[in-house]
Amino acid sequence: MKNPSAVSVHKDYEGSKLGMWLFLFTEIILFGGLFILYSAYRSRYPIEFHDGGQHLNVVIGVANTVILLTSSLTVAIAITALRKGNRRLSIFCLSATIVLGIAFLMDKYVEWSGEIHHGIYPNSPELALRPQGDQIFFGLYYSMTGLHGLHVLAGILLLSLILVFVIREKVTGTDFNRLENAGLYWHLVDVIWIFLLPLFYLAA
Amino acid sequence: MSSFLDEGKRPGILGWILSTDHKRIGILYLASMLFLFFIAVAIGVLMRIEQLTLNPPLFAPQVYNAFFTVHGVIMIFMFVLPGLPAVFGNFFMPIMIGARDVAFPRLNLMSWYFFIAGAAIVISSLFTGNGPPDTGWTFYAPFSLKSSTNVSLGVLGAFVLGFSSILTGLNFITTIHRLRAPGMTWHRMPLFIWSLYGTAWIQLLATPIIGITLLLIIAERLFGIGVFDPAKGGDPLLYQHLFWIYSHPAVYIMILPAMGAITEIIPTFAHKTIFGYKAIAYSSIAIAFFGSLVWGHHMFTSGMSETANLVFSLLTFIVAVPSAIKVFNWTATLYKGSVEVRPPMLYALTFIFLFSVGGLTGLMQGALAVNVQLHDTYFIVGHFHYVMFGGAGMGFLAAVLYWFPKMFGKMFNERIAALAWVPIFIGFNMLYFSMLVLGYMGMPRRYFTHLPQYHYGHTVASIGSFILASGLILFFANLLVALFKGRKAEQNPWGGVTLEWQIPTPPPTENFSEIPEIKGRPYVFNPEAPR
Repeated sequence: MKNPSAVSVHKDYEGSKLGMWLFLFTEIILFGGLFILYSAYRSRYPIEFHDGGQHLNVVIGVANTVILLTSSLTVAIAITALRKGNRRLSIFCLSATIVLGIAFLMDKYVEWSGEIHHGIYPNSPELALRPQGDQIFFGLYYSMTGLHGLHVLAGILLLSLILVFVIREKVTGTDFNRLENAGLYWHLVDVIWIFLLPLFYLAA
Repeated sequence: MSSFLDEGKRPGILGWILSTDHKRIGILYLASMLFLFFIAVAIGVLMRIEQLTLNPPLFAPQVYNAFFTVHGVIMIFMFVLPGLPAVFGNFFMPIMIGARDVAFPRLNLMSWYFFIAGAAIVISSLFTGNGPPDTGWTFYAPFSLKSSTNVSLGVLGAFVLGFSSILTGLNFITTIHRLRAPGMTWHRMPLFIWSLYGTAWIQLLATPIIGITLLLIIAERLFGIGVFDPAKGGDPLLYQHLFWIYSHPAVYIMILPAMGAITEIIPTFAHKTIFGYKAIAYSSIAIAFFGSLVWGHHMFTSGMSETANLVFSLLTFIVAVPSAIKVFNWTATLYKGSVEVRPPMLYALTFIFLFSVGGLTGLMQGALAVNVQLHDTYFIVGHFHYVMFGGAGMGFLAAVLYWFPKMFGKMFNERIAALAWVPIFIGFNMLYFSMLVLGYMGMPRRYFTHLPQYHYGHTVASIGSFILASGLILFFANLLVALFKGRKAEQNPWGGVTLEWQIPTPPPTENFSEIPEIKGRPYVFNPEAPR
């Protein structure tokens, strides 16, 4: 237990999972900076944040939440299925996770296009006419959901890579550590969204 | 067994830049870092030349602004921050805990590539776009949002360097948790490892904050999102908070590993076990903890509430306690030891002296009333150079001398190393003590010129900088000569007792032919003597 180095450095699962958790801490703190800004500005501009929340499309926000939560379920099933030896189910669920992730981004694209169509985007002339609190609300909205969207994209790429590994049997029922770590990352993306939904869409 | 220097998986240069051996990566860092260090030293000297002339200025004001920005960015993000952990942490941490490598060797190599990429981006920001950034290394909003210079690229480089730092921290924490040799319990670890452990946690938990802050600066410049722009309802004070939430703990990323190296050197040359092992170990963690709570003391004059000022001032005084504990323990270790002042020890003792000056001048600024007078003056510049250069930098020089024979298997000329100390010490104090005095008289920082009453002080400082730079050149020239022409180093030239001195010089690729079993505490110099 204390000395995995004597046996094998490369298959220290506990070590690699520790590393992954540490990385997830850094991601949470990365978003933490934005959450600090959000709280500071929300207490300064409560009315504008309320109005901003009313403007956002709750249906799309909730739809995206359902999509991400389902994808977290499918990735969890993919891990368990592989551990229990059901490789085909695992591949199916992993593919489903990726498809759901893409669906999330498409949804986001539709939503952002709508906003931009209404002239609401950073530095827009339309937004400049509005009160300062509105500008901050949408500045944060675009930065936070944008950064989250980038993380979804990174997660999709990561899961696709793992999917290739599973298909080529480089990740297997006895050596599933990389799949599990990718799953952890995907759950993190999900958890951050769980906070973004009420902070923006339900702020009204 | 052949050493890691002779035996690479691939031939020639590829064997280095594609190597996942922690020792080779440590040397990659050392070489790239020293190159950047001397660029920044040269820029520092140019700034001092500018202050030699009163009127007309030698360099245009805008050039001077670029000088202090680039000097700061290179020194902080590319030399002092990664300096000790990336070089000596990489090289010696696995050896000192009895492991063959770090937990994630490939990630370790990737961290070096992030480092090089970040450095390349910053350097390229000097020559592209509208000229080098002129905001100072702090990139304060709103100026950094409005400056027409190449701020975005410079900031991006700093962001990439942050990645390198995070991944190194992550790697070190995992390694220390998972790869200690049998019997190497937490309280048997060398104290350098304790300091790296504290450092790694700060790297991991604080760096993402600067990451997001820098990204927001870029987003602000590209898209105008407005979160720091007063015209759009943003608050620049929040930028300062986010910036210092990282950048104050970063100061401890710089100083903690240097303290760790000093803690290795002092018992070796006092031939005596370290005084207060646990106090030093836990003070490293205490510094990491309290150091994360004092960022507000950079903002006393920025318009925070009085309550916040008081709390941050109190915490600033508290964080001095664990640092002082270390200084007392080093001094107590020397007491009744058989002290042998060979070059590494000479620089280590210099560290204690200069760091104490830096620490105490820091406390002066932690006092609210004094801070109003000293804020943004040369006093600050003098203070943080005493800490960063006199502390972290001197710790780096001491560590280079201490571990050079082990790393390269060559012995340097000890007399020249000691001789180089004279100009370094004299030049250092002429340069930075003058700054303390100038700042107390009211000389503001980051001005390209000065009033006539400050001319005398500036002249002394500039002459000091030339002496200091020549000392540094002598110091590293000596090592360079040793690298090619030095006589072969013994396995244990200083009589150290930690694990790195128990293996051949230079270390074999696998470090240990057999993983050692640790039976007792570190720093036992005379096992028979009653303790």
